[in-house]
Amino acid sequence: MARWPKPPEGSWTEHYPELGTAPISFEDSVSPEFYELEREAIFKRAWLNVGRVEQLPRKGSYFTKEIEVADTSLVIVHGLDGQIRAFHNMCRHRGNKLMWNDFPREETSGTCRQFTCKYHGWRYDLQGRLNFVQQEGEFFDLDKDATGLAPVHCEVWSGFVFVNLAPEPEQTLTEFLGPMITDLDGYPFDKMTERYVFQGDNHSNWKLFADAFQEYYHVPSLHPQQVPAPVRTGAGFECAHFQLDGPHRLVSTGGARRWTLPPEYMYPIERTTRSGLVGPWESPDIGEPPPGLNPGKIDPWGIDNFQIFPNVEILIYRGWYLMYRYWPTSPGSHRFEGMLCFQPATTVRERIEHEVAAVVFKEFALQDAGMLTGTQTALESAYANKIIEGFPVNDQEVLVRHFHHVVAAWVRDHQRKAAAS
Amino acid sequence: MTAVLPPAFADLEPYAATWCLATETERYARRQASTMPQLQEFYDACFPRLEEAIAHCDAFPLDDLPDDALALLHLVYSLVMVAMSVEIFQQVKATDAADAELERIEEPVP
Repeated sequence: MARWPKPPEGSWTEHYPELGTAPISFEDSVSPEFYELEREAIFKRAWLNVGRVEQLPRKGSYFTKEIEVADTSLVIVHGLDGQIRAFHNMCRHRGNKLMWNDFPREETSGTCRQFTCKYHGWRYDLQGRLNFVQQEGEFFDLDKDATGLAPVHCEVWSGFVFVNLAPEPEQTLTEFLGPMITDLDGYPFDKMTERYVFQGDNHSNWKLFADAFQEYYHVPSLHPQQVPAPVRTGAGFECAHFQLDGPHRLVSTGGARRWTLPPEYMYPIERTTRSGLVGPWESPDIGEPPPGLNPGKIDPWGIDNFQIFPNVEILIYRGWYLMYRYWPTSPGSHRFEGMLCFQPATTVRERIEHEVAAVVFKEFALQDAGMLTGTQTALESAYANKIIEGFPVNDQEVLVRHFHHVVAAWVRDHQRKAAAS
Repeated sequence: MTAVLPPAFADLEPYAATWCLATETERYARRQASTMPQLQEFYDACFPRLEEAIAHCDAFPLDDLPDDALALLHLVYSLVMVAMSVEIFQQVKATDAADAELERIEEPVP
């Protein structure tokens, strides 16, 4: 088994001494009180990725985003002036949800020249300005110029559309993302427009689900089927590189690529379709990769798994990428969004390769989703009955330790600022 | 009954009505509603023809597949779905997936 060098301190965890090495608490993932704190301290303060610019291809294109944890629904729109803006999805007249299709609680998308409220027909232009009121003369002192849609801060990085629900964000999006993420600038995300998008409601806290996707220690145990039975050894998995930058995290894997191994390391469907667990064997060349890709200079490099605080993961497999978002819906549940993004297939064979990757992805994600219900219920029991407080977390799980550390720091910081003001 | 698959794949015609399904949602639902013996029979009949089926479909432009090749492509997609149960998990649903559900809400066509 390949052994990757650790930092001079002897471990990735001790390389970042603020993290400590003690057992950690997961009470943050079961406590209703903590969930309430996260709403204000994290989801109404951090930049949140809500989509990609390709979802807004034309002037007038819009989509809505339900963000339960921040008590809001947003409408994100490509204005006639070319700018992308976000608004609370709410009519200023009597507060009706402005844009929805068949059911008010479901997200929608489309193209329009203006927003029209279903209730009393008020109309807004795509910059949020109120420009039509039915029977305007019946109102009292209505100042139409001051009755536009409530705006939300919206910025775009590398085609990813982010919003910030704070009245005044504490950082710009670029400052918030920091150099480890923005060094991915130049990666051709914009070319990877063939998307397989999945959504599911999971019975686990959003952080517990993210935890399962930011460590590989669990893979041989929960996902033994990733290796065909005859060559399954039960050996552990060691990641090649870990890196932290502010609230964000990275883990890179290395080692021989799956399809370079002897054929018995692949399933028949993988060998025939030349695709599988880690995607198509061959992807279109992306040219010179940006400096932010594989910053640990791992050779042979496998994948980069970027965790963008608070609730986004981007997994880069050189020629395609996977993206996850975790939207909390209660202390013990979240809505999971996962998407595989490829450069559009030019042949049937390539399309089949993409389909195989998307099917395999779902099977193994279902294992995580199914099991994490068990993690949630056991942790609820641990804290309800005061059985166990701290849980040991190893060096391969350093990103789990960092994530919960950052969440706690953001909550403390918000409480301190609230007390001071 | 009218054949839906290309003539060269007439031997797979008995599976067409069940497995030529255009969306992942339909294919996953059909797999979940099947028994392992049914999945195994479909796999055993189709897997030996997979390479040939891919080559047949690949002879056409992706955006201009004749109806019978499109039906064959949908059958290939179903075989991929069924291979997960037959080759990897030896059971219909992924091991330990419990009651988890993940819906594919957007996909390319075809």
